[in-house]
Amino acid sequence: MNNEFNANHILFMLQGAAWTLALSAIGFLGGGLAGFAVALARISSSRAIRWTAGAYVQIIQGTPLLILMFLSYFGLGILGFDVPALVAAGLAMSIYASAYLGEIWRGALQAVPRTQWEAAECLSFSASQRMLLIIVPQALRIATPPTVGFLVQIVKNTSLASVVGFVELARAGQVINNSLFEPFLVFVLMAMMYFALCYPLSLWSHSLERRLAAGHRAPLGT
Amino acid sequence: MNYKFDFAAVAGYWPDFLHGAWLTIQLSAMATLLGFILGSLCAIGRRSQSRWLKTLCGVYVEVIRNTPLLVQIFLFYFGFASIGLPMAAVVAATVVLVINVGSYTTEIMRAGFDSVPAGQIEAAQCLGLSRAQVYWYVILQPALERVYPALTSQFVLLMLATSITSQISTEELTAVANRVQSMTFRAFETYLAVAVFYLLLSLLMRLGFWALGQLIFPRRRKLGTAI
Repeated sequence: MNNEFNANHILFMLQGAAWTLALSAIGFLGGGLAGFAVALARISSSRAIRWTAGAYVQIIQGTPLLILMFLSYFGLGILGFDVPALVAAGLAMSIYASAYLGEIWRGALQAVPRTQWEAAECLSFSASQRMLLIIVPQALRIATPPTVGFLVQIVKNTSLASVVGFVELARAGQVINNSLFEPFLVFVLMAMMYFALCYPLSLWSHSLERRLAAGHRAPLGT
Repeated sequence: MNYKFDFAAVAGYWPDFLHGAWLTIQLSAMATLLGFILGSLCAIGRRSQSRWLKTLCGVYVEVIRNTPLLVQIFLFYFGFASIGLPMAAVVAATVVLVINVGSYTTEIMRAGFDSVPAGQIEAAQCLGLSRAQVYWYVILQPALERVYPALTSQFVLLMLATSITSQISTEELTAVANRVQSMTFRAFETYLAVAVFYLLLSLLMRLGFWALGQLIFPRRRKLGTAI
């Protein structure tokens, strides 16, 4: 690399940004699947399952993601898997996201009026039919704005994957800074790239929230 | 799996861990207090009549909430040092944490302010309360009571986020763990021990905030209900 900041450096950072997005997608997909299971477990009729899921959420939400990253990275090593940093970071992001998404979705499921559950039961829907055909579609509407809002957290927190050596945007910036020593320029640019990724999501979440609240909006003239 | 766990090697470093935990607590307490004040002021700023103050507070919130804390810390510590504003790591960490949690507090407090019915504010104005009195008695205190749970969760998240300051060598809990694992080569055990520390800290914080809530909100204490 040259000793001047040039287009190649920007290209390298954009490549990092692409990995940031990839890791976010992995975290959201993995966390979404596990999170849905957590949400179901949290409202299960069995007390033991409810309690276990609750403890899981408390433990994950009480541990910093940075520590989860290290545990996942070194833990997979102990188990004898020689995995790339992407897998370790993806696992940590999934575990992290599952606890938070699980709680968001539990709230959404419980926000569906009780009568909807009872009506489905009266119509002799099976438990899975009731969930998939009646409850989830209604809960989805409630859950979408906070879920999109949490996506911003996921994208931002992928920056912590840099500590286990995964070259995403934050790591790419650090690598460039180590060779050029232009920290102000590099980190401002890095912040701008993250902003460009996150701000549209924030705006989207906000507009979804407003649209959902349409029914609760005060009528004109009051 | 033929890995032998060895927690004894790590346990010998417990004074270091306690030392790190103490700095974590100090950082969290400082950032919580100052961040709460900054956030409340910005939330008031967002309701002000002056357009530029409103915009300034809005830009602050959006910029901070849409960039990672790690990047903010690097920018403050390395970036500002390179343009002639050097700071000690602990100072940079505290400043960034305050700025960061301040932006989230702004949004939470704003939601609380918006939940105060306009009629109550008008009534207070009719009774001749000054602007400051209206804010203190009619808006701030009821709003705080309403958003108290959201606010305290945010402060617990802040405590967990102090771990990120280890990246600029602030000697808090995670940085101690990094050092211990590099000496003992017992990475998994070290981070597991530290995870337990954080878990205990977050439980203690929740308990503390619950007790504080009972103390400062008489309605909660006497009637057992929030607003």
